[in-house]
Amino acid sequence: MGNHNHNHSHNFSEYFKFSGKPRIWSLTAILIGVFSIGYGFLTDHAERTFANLLLMSYYITCVAACGLFFLAVQHVAQSGWSAGLLRVPQAFAKVLPVAALLLIIVCAGGLFTHNLYHHWNGEGLTDPKSPNFDSIIAGKSSFLNVPFFLSRLVIFLGSYSIFSFLLTKLSANEDLEGGVNGYEKGIKWSAIFLVIFGFTTPIWAFDTIMSLEAHWFSTMFGWYNFAAMWVSGLCAITLTIILLKKLGHLTWINENHLHDLGKLIFGFSIFWTYVWFAQFLLIYYANMPEETVYFYRRWEPEYLPWFWLNIVINFVSPVLILMTRDAKRKSKTLMYVCIMLLCGHWLDYYMMIMPGTVEGHRGFGIIEIGTAIGFVGLFTFLMLSHLSKRAMAPIHHPFLEESLHHQI
Amino acid sequence: MSNTKYILGHFEDPDDLMHGIDQLQANDISIYDVFTPMPIHGIEAKLGVKRSRLPIVAFCCGLTGTITAFSMIYYMLVYDWPIDIGGKPSFAFPDFIPIMFELTVLFCAFGMVGMFFFRNHLFPGRAPRVMDLRATNDRFVIAIDVKKNPHPGKIDSLLKDAGAVEVMHNDRKYISYE
Repeated sequence: MGNHNHNHSHNFSEYFKFSGKPRIWSLTAILIGVFSIGYGFLTDHAERTFANLLLMSYYITCVAACGLFFLAVQHVAQSGWSAGLLRVPQAFAKVLPVAALLLIIVCAGGLFTHNLYHHWNGEGLTDPKSPNFDSIIAGKSSFLNVPFFLSRLVIFLGSYSIFSFLLTKLSANEDLEGGVNGYEKGIKWSAIFLVIFGFTTPIWAFDTIMSLEAHWFSTMFGWYNFAAMWVSGLCAITLTIILLKKLGHLTWINENHLHDLGKLIFGFSIFWTYVWFAQFLLIYYANMPEETVYFYRRWEPEYLPWFWLNIVINFVSPVLILMTRDAKRKSKTLMYVCIMLLCGHWLDYYMMIMPGTVEGHRGFGIIEIGTAIGFVGLFTFLMLSHLSKRAMAPIHHPFLEESLHHQI
Repeated sequence: MSNTKYILGHFEDPDDLMHGIDQLQANDISIYDVFTPMPIHGIEAKLGVKRSRLPIVAFCCGLTGTITAFSMIYYMLVYDWPIDIGGKPSFAFPDFIPIMFELTVLFCAFGMVGMFFFRNHLFPGRAPRVMDLRATNDRFVIAIDVKKNPHPGKIDSLLKDAGAVEVMHNDRKYISYE
C-alpha cells in the first residue's frame, strides 16, 4: 500500500525525561525498602528478611532477564510487530547486571550467615562422624557446596549480563549508523544466548530456589520457574508500555501490539499452570514420601489458603479475564491483569521460598510489603534511567515500518 | 444483459481496488464481496465485514470435550468399575485433568476445522465456490450483486474510472459449478 507509508506523525526520536513523579515515587519506594529491611534486621527477623531479600532480588533478576529473553526471541524470529516497543525490554535488559549482583550478594550473605540454604549448608551435614550427618545431603554435596554454588551463580548471571550488554550495544550502534549489519549480528548473538539461557535457567532455579529444600527435588522445577519468570517479565513489559503510553509516549504502539502482548500473557499463564500441574500430578500420582513432602508443607493450615489463592490469581483469573479479544485490546483491562499477575507471581515465589526457609514462622507484614516496594522502586528507577538515555524507538530498525502497520 | 447476476470488477493493483471500493461506497452501491490473492490490511473494516464467529464454535466444542471426558472417566472409574489404584479414592480428580484437557483440545480443534470447512463448502467431494478464478492468482476482484443495484451501466463506469482493467458480467454466481 505504497501511498499509505510515511504518513504518520510519530516522533521516533523523542526521549523519555526521567523526572517528576516517576523519579520521586521510585526513590521513595527505595527508601521504604531500605527502612523495611533495616526494620527486619533490627527486630531480630534476620531469617525472614533474608527470605524476602532472596524473593525480591530473584524476582527482579528474572524480570530483567526476561527483557533480554524477549529481545533475543524477537531477534531470532526476525519479528516485525515488536520493533517499535523494543526499547522497553532493552531497558529491562540493562538492569540485569545490577539485579544479578544484588542476587549474588543476597545468596552469598544468606549462605555465610546461615540464614538461607541451611538445609544443605550446615555444620557437619556431610561429615560421617558428625551427629548432624545427613546421608542425602552428603550424596548431593559434590554439586551443592558453597564454592561450586556461588561460581555457578556468578558464571550464569555474568554470561547473561554480557549478552545484555552486547544486544543493547548493537541496537545503540544501529541508531547511530543505520544499516542492517548490527541487526544481522544480533540474530547470531541472540541465538547463542537462547541456547545458553535455555540450558542454564533450570539449573539457576534449582540452585537459588529448589535447594532451599535440598532433600526434595523435582525435574519440573526449572521449567516451572521459567514459566513464572516469563509471565511476570511479559506483564512487567506490558505494564511499562501501558504506563508510558498514559504519559503520552510511544504513540506508535496501539491496541494491536497490546493484543499480541496480551495473547502472550494469556498463553504463558496457561503454560505456567501446565507446568505447575505437571509437577503436582506426578508427585500426587507416584505418592513417594520424599517427593510429597513439598506439597505436604504447603498443605499445612499455615500455607493452604495461599496455595489455592496462587492458582486462582495466576491461572483462573487471567484465563477468564483475558479470554476474549476485546479484553486484550483494552489497555485498562490489560493493565489491571498485569498488576494482578505481578502480585500473583510474587505470591508464587513466596510459596516456593517461605516453607523452606522460615517454615511455620511465616509472616506477611512490613518486611514483606516494604521489601517488595523497595525492589520494585529500585527496578523502576534503574529501568527508567536506562530508558531515558536513548530515543524511544529504534529509529533504524529494519522492521520499524512493519511494526507501525501491525494489524490483527 | 438482462441475465447478468453479478458484476465483477478486476483490478491489477490493491490501491486501485481500495479506491474502487471507496467510489462504489460513495455512490451507495452495495458490494457483495471482494476477492484478493493476498490479505490486505484494513479491508475488513472498510467493507464492514463482521467478526468471525469461529471462537464461539471453539468454546462450545471445547466445553463439549471437557464434559465428554469427565463423564466418560467418571462412568468408567467411579460408577461402573472402581479400581483401587495406589490406595487412592476412585474419584481422584487430579488424574482426570490431563484427559479432560486433551479431549477439550481435540474436540475444539476438530470442531473448528469441521465448522470452517462446512461453512466454506470445502468438504471433499463438494465443488468449491469460486466467483472468479483469477482472484486466486493475480487479480483483485470486486463482486457486485445486480439484484440489489439496478444500474449496471453506472457500476461499469465507476469501476472503469477507479482503474478496473476488466469488468465482467456473469450469468452465474459460481463459475466453478459445472
